[in-house]
Amino acid sequence: MSAYAATWIAILAGAGLCFATKLVGHRLPEHWLAHPRVARVASLVTVALLAALVAVQAATSGRAVVVDARLAGLAAAAVALALRAPFVVVVLVAAVVAAGLRALT
Amino acid sequence: MAQSGEARTTPAQVTRQALSVAAATGLYGVSFGALAVAAGLDLAQTAALSLLMFTGGSQFAFIGVIGSGGAPVAAIATAALLGARNALYGAALAPLLRRPGPRGWLAAHLTIDESTAVATAQPDVRLARHGFWWTGLGVFVLWNVFTVVGALVGDALGDPSRWGLDAAAAAAFLGLLWPRLAGRTPRVVAAGAVVVALALTPVAPAGVPVLAAAAVAVVAGWRAPGPHLLAAPSGAGS
Repeated sequence: MSAYAATWIAILAGAGLCFATKLVGHRLPEHWLAHPRVARVASLVTVALLAALVAVQAATSGRAVVVDARLAGLAAAAVALALRAPFVVVVLVAAVVAAGLRALT
Repeated sequence: MAQSGEARTTPAQVTRQALSVAAATGLYGVSFGALAVAAGLDLAQTAALSLLMFTGGSQFAFIGVIGSGGAPVAAIATAALLGARNALYGAALAPLLRRPGPRGWLAAHLTIDESTAVATAQPDVRLARHGFWWTGLGVFVLWNVFTVVGALVGDALGDPSRWGLDAAAAAAFLGLLWPRLAGRTPRVVAAGAVVVALALTPVAPAGVPVLAAAAVAVVAGWRAPGPHLLAAPSGAGS
């Protein structure tokens, strides 16, 4: 199977799972999902996955941990977030800083 | 300005709120589209993710794992785990919407951060339904339109790193994470997840370090009582 076909299958399978998750929430009795421990784990799983994705996206290249222009872009994004900039601006700031640094060096 | 002291929320106000949320959210579909193309997906695959998966965090995660060379299975697992919170949203919305059949399926598909936030912020069930459908459908239309725009822009840009799109992808995850960092426990979990992911990167296949980081959350969430549980007295007075 080609990598292209594998990506398509992953898209369909991932979308199917995400839809099933939403549907389960609508159809399951609420008391089970309303358990504080379930709610706590679910919200922290979101935090952990997003934090790990930030780290991997900003500071790794293949199997190496690297420091490059991406980290500067990320730092600029954090400043933008602290200043309550909208999402699109945050993303643009990171891109501009990283691209600018690469153009200079 | 309202003249009487009692300001009642009108459906028109809810509609405006829904549309402003939809516009802001839809707009960052541009960044998703551009980043998906930078991660190696084509236009049809990018559009399919927004149409069929339709939950931003999971979509960004999916392309993040694929883009960093992770296996498709790891991309599916990360996207599904990140979408787990939608089950809780569904449980919160079900009593408000009460929609069996095809419209129930559509309601499920439109269950995301934004539609849940607007619906659950309303003072009564009627306005909650109004807010849910306007926000859900509004975000759905704009998110998909802007995803395609972003993909076309990304295609035209060429080399992603020259334009800093790799840093933009990291910033996108940080932007999704930021509002969830209120309080000590989420910050500790986020820091732990970063350490686990970076420590495993040299030794584990791509995609696995991110999934492994979820274990930090399970351990912390299982053990640490949230602030609301501290209200229950342990020992004192019993």
